[in-house]
Amino acid sequence: MKQLLSPGGGTQPTKFTLCLMFAAVLLLPFATDALLGRGWVRIMDFAMLYIMLALGLNIVVGYAGLLDLGYIAFFAVGAYCYALTGSPHLALAFPLLFPDGLHLSFWLVVPLAALLAGGFGVLLGAPTLRLRGDYLAIVTLGFGEIIRIFMNNLNAPINLTNGPQGISRIDPISMAGVSLNATQEIFGIVLPSVHLYFYLFLGFAALVVFVSQRLEKSRIGRAWMAIREDEIAASSMGINTRNLKLLAFAMGAMFGGVSGTLFAGFQGFVSPESFSLMESIMVLCMVVLGGMGNIYGVILGGLLLALLPEVLRHSVVPLQQALFGKTLIDPESLRMLLFGTALIVVMLYRPAGIWPSRVRRRELETDEAAEIV
Amino acid sequence: MNNILDVRDLQVGYGGIQAVKGIDLCIAPGELVALIGSNGAGKTTTLKTLAGLLVPGSGQICFDGQNLHKVAAHQRVSMGIALVPEGRGVFARLSVAENLLMGAYSRCDQDEIAADLARMYVLFPRLIERKDQLAGTLSGGEQQMLAMARALMSRPRLLMLDEPSMGLAPLMVKKIFETIREVAAQGMSILLVEQNARLALQVAGRGYVMESGAVTLSGAACDLLGSDAVQRAYLGA
Repeated sequence: MKQLLSPGGGTQPTKFTLCLMFAAVLLLPFATDALLGRGWVRIMDFAMLYIMLALGLNIVVGYAGLLDLGYIAFFAVGAYCYALTGSPHLALAFPLLFPDGLHLSFWLVVPLAALLAGGFGVLLGAPTLRLRGDYLAIVTLGFGEIIRIFMNNLNAPINLTNGPQGISRIDPISMAGVSLNATQEIFGIVLPSVHLYFYLFLGFAALVVFVSQRLEKSRIGRAWMAIREDEIAASSMGINTRNLKLLAFAMGAMFGGVSGTLFAGFQGFVSPESFSLMESIMVLCMVVLGGMGNIYGVILGGLLLALLPEVLRHSVVPLQQALFGKTLIDPESLRMLLFGTALIVVMLYRPAGIWPSRVRRRELETDEAAEIV
Repeated sequence: MNNILDVRDLQVGYGGIQAVKGIDLCIAPGELVALIGSNGAGKTTTLKTLAGLLVPGSGQICFDGQNLHKVAAHQRVSMGIALVPEGRGVFARLSVAENLLMGAYSRCDQDEIAADLARMYVLFPRLIERKDQLAGTLSGGEQQMLAMARALMSRPRLLMLDEPSMGLAPLMVKKIFETIREVAAQGMSILLVEQNARLALQVAGRGYVMESGAVTLSGAACDLLGSDAVQRAYLGA
């Protein structure tokens, strides 16, 4: 019982189940490839990126309780960071300085993007230190839009972002001289590009999970939770609320920035379209739906919401064809309908998320107990 | 004798409105001082300023001989000033034990913290029964006890209590004040802000009476209790 209720996350799996899960995840791209086809492995890759984003946002929203509706901006910062420094594009903006563009190594860009995104996090955090709840949400929403619109319009007077056309021909990520954009053979196992990216993303996601877990149980994590509960009281406990709130914004933004670089390298192309408000809302939904503040819940939320639209896309049309002989409802419009319904149902029946954090679960249990009494 | 707290001509305002209009206040080590007054007299503003949550317009605050002018709120806690905020401010979604440990946030002596935690459970036996319960599910009085215990966990040298009797049943108020007396008897310097003037002056050694931002009366608690002005204004006699 003690182990089950260890402080921090939800239930803690044992070592054996952890090993089993690890093996299953390692085999996942092969199984998906064999059962559903290569396209699904690519979808899994995107799901991994979403999980990283959701975990990053969970630090800001779940731990520190700061509602951020512009989180995708940090993803954009990271993506454009690699798009600019790892493609021929800079040749257009500064032909004399970079005649072939700048082709920095991906592994150099990752820490740079993390720092830059973290800096943007502080930039967003600093003016909003005294705001909470809905006021903060509005400002962060504006921030997200500002970044996107900047990306959209920074093609003049100097063509920095190539505007709405976006930046293409971004260098693929390579590891130890091995490009991830081509099929590779390692120890006789044939690994297509999407598989390679899956393992790369898995590694990064594991790192994000590890850091999140350590943060949650640390002094910093406890301070964030105190700020979330009552800022005045937190400050009278000796917590430096200003610095810790900025740190939450910066840490969340760093995770977002790193996933952005992965996205840019994976896609080979970025454009402002990928960073719309809808994406911010989607990531927030993953956090809330999965279980705010609980790492496992957030992973589940990310996985579900990243995969669900794809499942629909692949099943709605064939299903209608089989039933009615023609397509009556476009899957795209059905997606929002079902998504909205799912949100309402989850919030009604599992208000703390599908897999709530220990604290939220306990809170609801005591509420129920109180109602029975 | 050096005072633990010395406040000179403190002025605090919100925008254009002056809430505290130049007050002087001092507390000797081990003294229990009551600050009484009606709603909107500026008592809470004074406490918040002393805790560093508000920035004074002018005036001087000295704690243990040190000027607090440039000291941030979180640093004042490690210097030894603890505030039990108005409305208690417990961390509702953390357990009682986690709340108490949060009180020791500014300390890093793990063994001593554990010993203090045990001491708090002796001082407030109700809390040990509820140590794994979420703080938000406690009754008002229990929350007040928790808030006090949490503040004591920082090992303060000056404990500031903002309206500990607010919204509590009379029996609970009695209990809380017994505990305040007990803590004071152990040598803690306490600044007690209360609307319940009679109760506050009964436990305090000295008292200040605040009225619309200024101190209008001060002196020994028993003298204030007997004074006609206080009797008329606050004790309804």
